[in-house]
Amino acid sequence: METQFTPFASLFGGAMIGLAAVLLMLTTGRLAGVSGIVSGLLPPRTTGQATYTGVAFVIGLLVAIPIYLIATGGLPDQSMVAGLPVLAVAGLLVGFGTVLGNGCTSGHGVCGLSRLSQRSIAATITFMAVAFLTVFVWRHVLGGQ
Amino acid sequence: MQILSALIAGLVFGLGLIISGMVNPAKVQNFLDIAGSWDPSLAFVMGGAIAVAAPGFWLCGQRLKPIFADIFQKPAQSNIDGRLIGGASLFGVGWGLGGFCPGPAIVSVSVVSPATMVFILCMIIGMWLAKLVKTIRGSPATA
Repeated sequence: METQFTPFASLFGGAMIGLAAVLLMLTTGRLAGVSGIVSGLLPPRTTGQATYTGVAFVIGLLVAIPIYLIATGGLPDQSMVAGLPVLAVAGLLVGFGTVLGNGCTSGHGVCGLSRLSQRSIAATITFMAVAFLTVFVWRHVLGGQ
Repeated sequence: MQILSALIAGLVFGLGLIISGMVNPAKVQNFLDIAGSWDPSLAFVMGGAIAVAAPGFWLCGQRLKPIFADIFQKPAQSNIDGRLIGGASLFGVGWGLGGFCPGPAIVSVSVVSPATMVFILCMIIGMWLAKLVKTIRGSPATA
C-alpha cells in the first residue's frame, strides 16, 4: 500500500522525539529507549531500574493518541501491513530481539546514534539491514502484501 | 519532579511519533521497501531527532548531574558481541514483518484494535522471555 512522503511533518515529529529524549536525559538522567523502559517494568526486575519515571514515561506515550484526538478531532492514519498470525510472530521477535540486543529504534537508533555509541551504531546498521532484507524477501520474493 | 518531566517527555515523544507518521506500520514498511512503494519519511524522522538530540546530549554531558536526579545513567556495556548483533537481527525481522517497533506499538495501545493488541501482547511476552533468558544465562548489567 502506497503512503505519502511527508518530509516536513516527519522532520518536525522527529525533532519532537529528539527534544523528548533530551528532556528525559536532562531532567532524570535516563535514556529514552522505549524497549528498555518497557522491559524494565517487567519481571524479573533487577535493582536500579527506576519504576516511577518509567511508568510516567509510558503513561505519557499512552495518552499521546487521546490528546492528539482531542486536539485534531481525528485518529492518526494507521494501516496494518500483516494479518494477526504474522503480527504475533513479529511482536515476539521485536520484543525478544530488542531486549536481547539492549535497544530498539529509539534507544539505539535515536539516542545511541546521537551519542555516537559504537554499540548502537552497530545495532542500528544491523536491524536496518535485516529489516530491509526482510521486507524485500517478504514482499518481492514470497509475495506478501 | 522526575515523574512529571518523564510524563511530559513520554507525551512529547508519543506526539512526535504520531506527527511524524511513524505510528503507521504501512509508512514504516514502505521505508524499508526501496524496491517497491518507497517512502523515505522515516529517514527524515531519524534526521530530525538526531539533529536535536545530538547537541542536546552534548549539552547534558557538560553538566555534572541531571536537574532532578543525582547521576546520568550510562549504558554499562561497550563491547559489540553476538548478543547485540543477534538481538538486533531478530528485531530487524520482526520490525520488517510488522512495521511496528516498540515506541509506536506502545503509543498504539490506546487505539485498542485487535491487530495492535496482538502485536503488543506478543511483544511483551517476547521481552519477558528475553529477560528470563538473560537472567538464566547470566548477563552484564543491562541498560
